[in-house]
Amino acid sequence: MYKYDQYDQAIVDARVGEFRDQVKRRLAGEITEDQFKPLRLMNGLYLQLHAYMLRVAIPYGTLDSRQMRMLGHIARTYDRGYGHFTTRQNIQYNWIKLDETPDILAELATVEMHAIQTSGNCIRNISSDQFAGAAADEVADPRPWAELIRQWSTFHPEFSYLPRKFKFAVIASDEDRAAMRLHDIGIQLVNRDGILGAKVFVGGGMGRTPMIGPEIKDFVTADDLMSYLEACLRVYNRYGRRDNMYKARIKILIHELGADEYRRQVEEEFAQVKLLGIDPPAAELARITAMFADPGFDPAASDDIDRSDPEFAIWVDQNVKAHKQTGYAIVNISLKPVGGIPGDASADQIDVMADLAQRHSLDELRVTHAQNIVLPHVRKADLYTVWSALTDAGLASANLDLISDIIACPGLDYCSLANARSIPVAQKIATRFASPERQRDLGELKLKISGCINACGHHHAGHIGILGVDKKGVENYQLLLGGSGAEDVSLGKITGPGFSEDGIVDAIERVTDKYVAVREEGERFLDTYRRVGMESFKEAIYG
Amino acid sequence: MKLLTGNDLPTGDVIWWTGSRWSRHVADAVDVRDTGETTAATEEAARRVNGPYVIDATEGPDGPRPAHIKDRVRALGPTVRPDLTLKPDDATAIAQVI
Amino acid sequence: MDNLLRFRDDAAHEEPAVTLDAFVDGQSNATAVRIEPGDDARALIPMLDRLALVEVGFPSFRDGRGYSSARILREAGYTGELRAAGDVLVDQMPFMRRCGFDAFAPDAPIDADVLARSLDRYDHVYQRAADDAVPVWKLRHG
Repeated sequence: MYKYDQYDQAIVDARVGEFRDQVKRRLAGEITEDQFKPLRLMNGLYLQLHAYMLRVAIPYGTLDSRQMRMLGHIARTYDRGYGHFTTRQNIQYNWIKLDETPDILAELATVEMHAIQTSGNCIRNISSDQFAGAAADEVADPRPWAELIRQWSTFHPEFSYLPRKFKFAVIASDEDRAAMRLHDIGIQLVNRDGILGAKVFVGGGMGRTPMIGPEIKDFVTADDLMSYLEACLRVYNRYGRRDNMYKARIKILIHELGADEYRRQVEEEFAQVKLLGIDPPAAELARITAMFADPGFDPAASDDIDRSDPEFAIWVDQNVKAHKQTGYAIVNISLKPVGGIPGDASADQIDVMADLAQRHSLDELRVTHAQNIVLPHVRKADLYTVWSALTDAGLASANLDLISDIIACPGLDYCSLANARSIPVAQKIATRFASPERQRDLGELKLKISGCINACGHHHAGHIGILGVDKKGVENYQLLLGGSGAEDVSLGKITGPGFSEDGIVDAIERVTDKYVAVREEGERFLDTYRRVGMESFKEAIYG
Repeated sequence: MKLLTGNDLPTGDVIWWTGSRWSRHVADAVDVRDTGETTAATEEAARRVNGPYVIDATEGPDGPRPAHIKDRVRALGPTVRPDLTLKPDDATAIAQVI
Repeated sequence: MDNLLRFRDDAAHEEPAVTLDAFVDGQSNATAVRIEPGDDARALIPMLDRLALVEVGFPSFRDGRGYSSARILREAGYTGELRAAGDVLVDQMPFMRRCGFDAFAPDAPIDADVLARSLDRYDHVYQRAADDAVPVWKLRHG
């Protein structure tokens, strides 16, 4: 994985000093909250429902054990003993103090971490495929390109006061494990006649007006990537709407201009920008790529798994995915125990995962946009040991992609933007469907809950989606069906009138009962829904 | 009734105007009637509060009860982590918020 | 213009700036023009040699369109004074300098010490912009 050189370290260290100075000036009253707010947001610090919340960046969801231990240390020392992994592969701490934040950032900087641009109207964390470097189906590891984009976007002087936030995702396979089409810019690495390049999609997003990003550029090579992205962002910075914050994302601009016109404007700008010499040389991508070389796999690693323990075998079947290297496997750690808080991990659990990564995953972990953790490079021979340790730590729920593997935003329990609580709904649904046999029978069922229209819980991309709303001061929940964030991308549709908290749980059970009643061989819930249609399910829901 | 609330600038703690100072407990909040905006401006300028605003509330048996569930959650803590709320030992606290 | 800050050796431009429309219409012999966030800076490109001052308005420090306007003008070869005017705050000035601004007319005075610290904060930058700063990738590979 990427390792800082003296330049990267100097930049992060300078940022700590800069923010320390800005906090001091804010506490002394030299700047107002209005002036300070964008500055603290660009350091990932929100003022939330109960306290300040700090969102620490985990670039493209990749970190090592040393960094993971630091995250546990931050939770213990500066917060209340836990952290929350997010749908953008970052981590959030909910009980942070402003006057301690510079110290937190200073500690993070000692392990090559930061909270730079994890909020604000600027370019945010570059997300990627959580199986990068381990999956057999990628044309190349997407993360070197993500790192190139990360550096280009960090403290970009022209694009730090955009109309709104800007999110990138980079993948390198036809299977989309990162919801790439639902990002402001989504990039898919492709191989064209032996040359590695990228397809560029612009204008995807969720929130108030969900949209799937159209393809804007069929093929761009690494040599042109920075200029091309510069042109994409410049057109947005100049022409994105600034009159209404709910219409300020790039997806609205592309929707209003049309993809063809946006493409034309970008090409016009690209022709100018290309002449400026802003593209790094090939040697820079090569330098970064070298850091993502295969991490020393053992060619003699045994390809056998002893499945004699039935609980272990169930976990293997559900949570362990195939690795490109014989003898290895990708372990998915569920942060969704039934009745737990989706995506939360205690400092102790974080330490357990760090240790397992160091001992059994070639010192690497990933955070997924589904709020789970991945150990990407585990020997099959070590799976039982890993599973036992996870079991002891409450991290062995065998529910990957099942109905209890719920994506839920923090909701009204934590977030000042929320209209309704999302976590209790997730807990009630998981509890209703607690039976592991029932969950496995229902199969792949991606359920996503957002506590408000901002859609941080990705409810538009849920096979079943739930949106919490405020109905005359009372929490109410809308039900959506048929969304997908994978390569078969689609946006969920609302079923009809909303439900109370208990009502939505019952409604979902009617949906799954209907699925079981009409499904055909091999159909996931999403497939059955797409075949039989909304009307049929509406009847089941509302009678 | 009207309550004045905001956050403590250095710590981020939720605070409530008692008439003379800021308290972390909504039970200490007073009805500011129509003086909320004025007090907010003075207190914010002195940096004794960050981002103050006025909310509606009703008189409850245990003190003021914010009218909106969001403010009740703010006043207590996350309903899903009773141990992290201001009343970790009160088994009825969360039910009262909802 | 009590708060004017300049990073140029020449004398400050005294003549008032005309609007973009007025300048482009050619009715004015003005050598100074003011562009607002919604104006197209490229409209000035055919006439850059007539200009000694381009003032870019920042009605709100959150509106980042002026940063693009500035870079576009520098990229087109404009070497005159490029002035950010309005809601210009010290914490945005380093980025503004990188985008090519060499003068500032903020509504409120800027603390000189804070400004000096801010401008001096970063030894390195990741990307090329309108200033002379050499991006890190160039230092790495020559």
